[in-house]
Amino acid sequence: MTSLTRSWRWVEGEAIGYRRVWRGTVISSFVNPVLFLSAMGLGLGTLVDSSTDDLGVPYLTFVATGLMAATAMQTSAGEGAFPVMAGIKWRKEFHGAITTPLSPTDIVRGKMIWGSIRLTFVLTVFALISVIFGALDLGPALLAVPPAVLTGLAFQASVTAFTVTRENEVSLSTLFRFGIIPLFLFSGTFFPISQLPDPLQVAAYFTPLFHGVELVRKVSLPGAGASIVTPLPIWVNVVYLVAMAAAGIFLGSRWLDRRLKP
Amino acid sequence: MAEPLVQARGLTKRFDDFVAVDAIDFDIAKGEAFGFLGPNGAGKTSTMKMITTVSPITEGKLTVFGLDPDAQGRQIRQHLGVVPQEDNLDLELTVSENLYVYGRYHDMHRADIKARIVDLLEFAQLSDRADSPVEPLSGGMKRRLTIARALINDPDLVILDEPTTGLDPQARHLLWDRLYRLKKEGATLIITTHYMDEAEQLCDRLVVMDKGKIVAEGSPRQLIAQYAPREVVELRFPEELMGAMASRLDWLEGNTEILADRVIVYTDDAEDTQHQLTEHGIHPEQVLVRRSSLEDVFLKLTGRRLID
Repeated sequence: MTSLTRSWRWVEGEAIGYRRVWRGTVISSFVNPVLFLSAMGLGLGTLVDSSTDDLGVPYLTFVATGLMAATAMQTSAGEGAFPVMAGIKWRKEFHGAITTPLSPTDIVRGKMIWGSIRLTFVLTVFALISVIFGALDLGPALLAVPPAVLTGLAFQASVTAFTVTRENEVSLSTLFRFGIIPLFLFSGTFFPISQLPDPLQVAAYFTPLFHGVELVRKVSLPGAGASIVTPLPIWVNVVYLVAMAAAGIFLGSRWLDRRLKP
Repeated sequence: MAEPLVQARGLTKRFDDFVAVDAIDFDIAKGEAFGFLGPNGAGKTSTMKMITTVSPITEGKLTVFGLDPDAQGRQIRQHLGVVPQEDNLDLELTVSENLYVYGRYHDMHRADIKARIVDLLEFAQLSDRADSPVEPLSGGMKRRLTIARALINDPDLVILDEPTTGLDPQARHLLWDRLYRLKKEGATLIITTHYMDEAEQLCDRLVVMDKGKIVAEGSPRQLIAQYAPREVVELRFPEELMGAMASRLDWLEGNTEILADRVIVYTDDAEDTQHQLTEHGIHPEQVLVRRSSLEDVFLKLTGRRLID
């Protein structure tokens, strides 16, 4: 069995368990975009569009693309946090799996594959709902999915690496409160970062969701003006996210190994 | 003698300054049911984890199937069945799905796994529960399912870490019965336990561990013969007399243990001991005569101090 085969064996186990809980998760994949797009896009958007046309696109389009990346972050950060802590500490299924030919590395990779499959589904639903809301045409909406999945993978990997070093769930809530929520608000999802004061603008260049949001917009809204994307070359966004995913998987595997095999 | 299935020489496990396993030696032969007996914290589980390849060895040598756990862990685990101390079944899966997933982890074909699940559920007396979720199962059923799961890959060696801890007597006896059947079928078993009756029932040979060291080794019968005389007389006295008991019983030449509430006398002839007690003018409130057991060996070797 190659390492990849072993990771797929883990995915198979996840998929079997998922058959029992899929209904609930599917409903929330539909409800979330509907709520966000109604409130932010239609509600707030009407106000924004009536007072400015600086964005060059309707606010609904702007925010829908930003939310694809932000949703990817939230979904995947969650996936890298609680199920991982459960595997180590609460339900301990990782401890059982590593007494079979599977290793901690196989588990981490399997989790990444499974998370990306789930996320692709969640984001495709988001894209289709954006089409129904008139935020995006079908082509651009579907083009937004792969860069958003990459964003999610980067977050799932690095949050996994963080979680395996944590003793308990307290630090997970801290991560969400002081990490994920600020990123959600200040990474260009709801307003261009050019609206931020200069020091914060510079800081945003170093944060991951900013690169995810940029990448989604550059791919799905080609020709978008300087008002909604920065002049940063697209490869910088890609390299940032790929490096973050790779580092997360590498360190997550190593640290999980250390955690499970004291 | 054929090459042992598991061999340890000077096997040591340290966590920072704490020595969990202190240079122990043992050989486990194919087809043997081998026990690790000892109080909590004696180093049993640490030893199991090293054999299972999920805890690196600090010092010394360990081979499992002649392989090195550090370098060839996966090869070893392929032929291992592990029943951990705490159940770690997947609660989101059904009984048979739990077995199926582990079969896949072991790279088995779907059809082979399905056939094996039928046999294993019957073995674990869970056939009628095949499609029920794991969560509502009783502790005994979960334990039997965990054992069935450990057997999915038809392992050459089954490691059971305190298999019956926390189970009621009926569930324990059913589990023993299953393990005994497994042993009859020629499986090699390693069992850790702090239950003497369990070791007496299941183990061909065992070691007693205390504070990371092996303090005795042999078959249950040998250990009893070596460390505990044939019979035990337990004497109870009114509390106010207990203080003076040590000096009043010194003629028994140390074959006694004086506890807070009773005195234990080890003897080869309980009847004779009782006569002598009467001759010495000692009249206990209550006398209990019984055969000595592994429990006496265990307590004698590891002491009666309270272990948390």
